[in-house]
Amino acid sequence: MYAFEFHRPSSVADAIAALKAASDGKLMAGGQTLIPTLKQRLAQPSDVIDLGGIKELHGIRQDGNSLVIGAMAKHGEVAGSDLVKSVIPGLHELAGLIGDPQVRNRGTIGGSLANSDPAADYPAAVLALNATIKTDRRSIAADDYFTGLFQTALADDELITAISFPRPEACGYAKFRNPASRYAIVGVMVARTGGGVRVAVTGAGPCAFRLPDFERALAGSFSADALAGLSVSPSGLNSDMHASAEYRAHLVRVMAQRAVKAVR
Amino acid sequence: MGQFGIGQPMRRKEDERFLKGAASYTDDLTLPEQLHAVLVRASFAHALINRLDVAAAQAAPGVQAVLTAADYLADGLGAMPCMAEIGCPITRLPRYPLQGERVRHVGDPVALVVADNLAAAKDAAELVEIDYEPLPVVTELAAALAPSAPQLWPEAPGNLAFHFSHGDAAACVAAFARAAHVVELELVNNRVVAAPMEPRAALGQYDEASGRLTLRFTGQAVHGLRRQLAEHIFRLPPEQIRLIAPDVGGGFGMKNFLYPEMILVLWAARRLGRPVRWLGERSEGFLADAHARDQIAKAALALDVEHRFLALKVETLANMGAYLSTHGPLIPTRSSSAVMGGCYALQAVDFQVRGVMTNTAPTDAYRGAGRPEAAYIIERLVDQAAHQLGVDPVELRARNFIRPEQLPYRTAAGQTLDSGDFAGTMRQALALADSAGFATRRAKSEARGRLRGQGLACYFEATLGIPQEAAELRFAEDGGVELVIGTMSNGQGLETGYAQILNEVLGIAPEAMRMIQGDTGQVPTGGGHGGSRSLQLGGNALFKAAEEVREKGRALAAEQFETALADIQFEDGIYRVAGTDRSVTLAALASRRTQGRSLLDARGQYEREAFSFPNGCHVTEVEIDPETGVVTVERYAVCDDFGRLINPLLVKGQVDGGIVQGLGQVLLERTVYEGGGQLLSGSFMDYAMPRADDVPDLRFTTNPTPTPTNPLGIKGAGEAGCIGALPALVIAVLDALRPHGIHQIDMPITPEKVWRLLRQAKAAA
Ligand SMILES: Cc1cc2nc3c(=O)[nH]c(=O)nc-3n(C[C@H](O)[C@H](O)[C@H](O)COP(=O)(O)OP(=O)(O)OC[C@H]3O[C@@H](n4cnc5c(N)ncnc54)[C@H](O)[C@@H]3O)c2cc1C
Repeated sequence: MYAFEFHRPSSVADAIAALKAASDGKLMAGGQTLIPTLKQRLAQPSDVIDLGGIKELHGIRQDGNSLVIGAMAKHGEVAGSDLVKSVIPGLHELAGLIGDPQVRNRGTIGGSLANSDPAADYPAAVLALNATIKTDRRSIAADDYFTGLFQTALADDELITAISFPRPEACGYAKFRNPASRYAIVGVMVARTGGGVRVAVTGAGPCAFRLPDFERALAGSFSADALAGLSVSPSGLNSDMHASAEYRAHLVRVMAQRAVKAVR
Repeated sequence: MGQFGIGQPMRRKEDERFLKGAASYTDDLTLPEQLHAVLVRASFAHALINRLDVAAAQAAPGVQAVLTAADYLADGLGAMPCMAEIGCPITRLPRYPLQGERVRHVGDPVALVVADNLAAAKDAAELVEIDYEPLPVVTELAAALAPSAPQLWPEAPGNLAFHFSHGDAAACVAAFARAAHVVELELVNNRVVAAPMEPRAALGQYDEASGRLTLRFTGQAVHGLRRQLAEHIFRLPPEQIRLIAPDVGGGFGMKNFLYPEMILVLWAARRLGRPVRWLGERSEGFLADAHARDQIAKAALALDVEHRFLALKVETLANMGAYLSTHGPLIPTRSSSAVMGGCYALQAVDFQVRGVMTNTAPTDAYRGAGRPEAAYIIERLVDQAAHQLGVDPVELRARNFIRPEQLPYRTAAGQTLDSGDFAGTMRQALALADSAGFATRRAKSEARGRLRGQGLACYFEATLGIPQEAAELRFAEDGGVELVIGTMSNGQGLETGYAQILNEVLGIAPEAMRMIQGDTGQVPTGGGHGGSRSLQLGGNALFKAAEEVREKGRALAAEQFETALADIQFEDGIYRVAGTDRSVTLAALASRRTQGRSLLDARGQYEREAFSFPNGCHVTEVEIDPETGVVTVERYAVCDDFGRLINPLLVKGQVDGGIVQGLGQVLLERTVYEGGGQLLSGSFMDYAMPRADDVPDLRFTTNPTPTPTNPLGIKGAGEAGCIGALPALVIAVLDALRPHGIHQIDMPITPEKVWRLLRQAKAAA
């Protein structure tokens, strides 16, 4: 780790001010990605701005027909929330599948989405549930948010404050875990929403993406069998020591079918 | 003798210390004035160093020294020895703790930076400038033997370091010639990384007045390593070097070797006159700890017309890595050859091993060290034979076991087997596994779309390690009893096992015993930890010492009561004159002291007469999800013959840990070097170790046949679990896959591998 200035602001405005004042500032949520990066000297920020002291970023609440989850909500809080369980059970289940208890007790939904790791779970939920990313300055629609490998629509000095998930009619998530890290090699969320069926994939590509032909098939008949004849092209999919692109393409279909079966 | 004696499932007395965070590991130790060391390691797998410039690093703030190979040679220090003696020539390749001309694997140390604090050392390490000229790289066994392969060492043409032979090749040829059936397999034993919870660490200290060096480090043994440091590196009398290993957070074999960092912190401490510490990071562990296994074996079994085994021929290629580690060549050769052939009556064995150099981390011992490799080959062949011949694998084994009435039996591998009831052990394992219910369970799995398989393996091993051990018992003035012993607990519960032996013989309470280990300054000799030797050898040495104490006490009591020795009875820590009410306690006699020592202090020595042969039968069931290829282990049962058990709870812990380690190798642990020699599986993000939820309930029973080769009748239990687990699990996976036309699979059995095989099989059908 290189030396840096440490800040712990108590409001979003102060955090943004600190970020703007720094020559190369970094926001810190639970530090689950940031701290290992610093420890391995892969990043050298001038300032680290800890979001832990900002009350307005915490908490999970229902707002009309939506669930609003504060950026600093930990995975463990989402996985342990009765509110989430009753409003969007599929999201509750997804949060419980993230990493291991240690990771869930530190990692946050805001950090996960800001980081946009190709293997993270939440991106599948954000896309499939057509969530809105709320930042210090605007709202970003899910379909506009993920732009590439570790890339999002966020500006360099933009801070996620909350994520708003409209309540779906039903949704389900299926995950094929990396045996070592337990990130998603492939994760698929299937949702029946007011705006139609949405199918979103994480782990397989550079960032989360939707599968229009799967959505059409499920709109016709919402059943696992409806996907049986479909396939995904391996081209452009991730390939690593755990899974080739070809295997991932296969897993997308299998996980999509399992997600349909898991729909609640 | 009651609840703390031999055979009792006593809870570990050391756990209070470990669980409350009161243990003291190497990194917990600090010395005044200490400096921090960081290594600059090769980023290339194979390259010439054209230029090495440390000037900027040396000038950085807080830096005390930046040391290189040139400094090392200028100081006249020696090369790191390979200690293996395997009965055939080994090309002893010169290995230095720092490389100055050429690096041979990623992580090879090039420079040592010593600074006032860790951050300063790391900052300076980034300033070391190295001009590499990359050379072609070879990491895989077969590729390294190709005529056009990049050559690592001029001393070892063809990348070959040795060619070991064991057995009777001519007899083997003859047996194969008259065989009715021959079964052949080519098997990969995958490379694994030990990754103990506590990474390697070393703290070097130099005392200018006496010229003595002291190394505190996390290790499995101290005496052998001190000898190597004294004779080969520093060229000092051994008493000028003291090695201290405090509490150790797991070693699994990997902490038994001489590593560059141990030498470097001592050398730097001597040059700078201040203590120097180094703590390995996890990523350094992956790159630079000794790895293990990494073999390919071509194996063949000859059978006669009645399906009796005739002969076994095995040709192994063993990946030694870039350098020969301390015991490296011993592992695939003599550690395997003793048990080649397993628990079966064979007429001949021909075992050939070629040691191959590659641009990878050196390999050496890892739990089982050679015996898992042997057991895997034999059991896979036997299973394959059963399928090829269309016979029941259980019956085929039963037909070929060495039978109790044949004991003592001279095996084809040249060992004398003293005890064992292989058929009985297999029967008990099958019963414990409810093997009879397998068909029903398989049908249930199939109804859920899953494939189910059952695997059985009868492993047979030999406990190895340094063959002698000594134990000293000292009665302290505060009433405590000090056990000074040369074995080394790495967390396996040795302290508890020894306390039970002491309690059994002398009635001493377990709390009263204090174990002193891992310090050449306090323990005169010792063989450390390795080869499942500790309780077997140390326990017998202690047993002898305790008996000696008992008899010394008897003599003192007889003298006190002016009676014959034969009239003194000893029980529960009290000497009584038979038929009278006159008595004296052991504690009272122990408090009689002369020249600062108790009259009862005693020393016991034990030297192994012969190997002991732990053996057992593992039966497991796996389920496969054919859509994803994921294998889950559903059931596991073991029956072991470890001879007499000192503490069944400790033994169960060893067996459980071993099985889980085996499961890791079979299903999860995949060490991957890409073509350029970079380690892809260089962190826990990619190197998958087993977790609790990967493991089913492990059922365990024993069928002990005490060995007459040592007074306590112990066989050693530390490695067995991971020896039986490899073949049992792979055979179970194959049992699930065979109906789909798949008859061979190599470890690690990853989901994608299974998925591909099933897809190919489907396409072929
Ligand atoms: C061993 C391990 C296993 C894991 N397994 C999984 C898994 O299975 N599934 C999964 O989805 N994830 C997994 N993760 C990721 C983890 O769950 C976290 O979501 C992720 O690491 C982000 O961590 P964090 O919230 O602590 O953010 P930090 O590490 O603190 O920050 C990450 C990045 O986001 C930025 N950031 C943080 N908060 C904000 C904000 N509010 N606004 C703008 N930018 C912000 C930071 O500047 C930084 O660049 C795993 C992580 C580890 C270490």
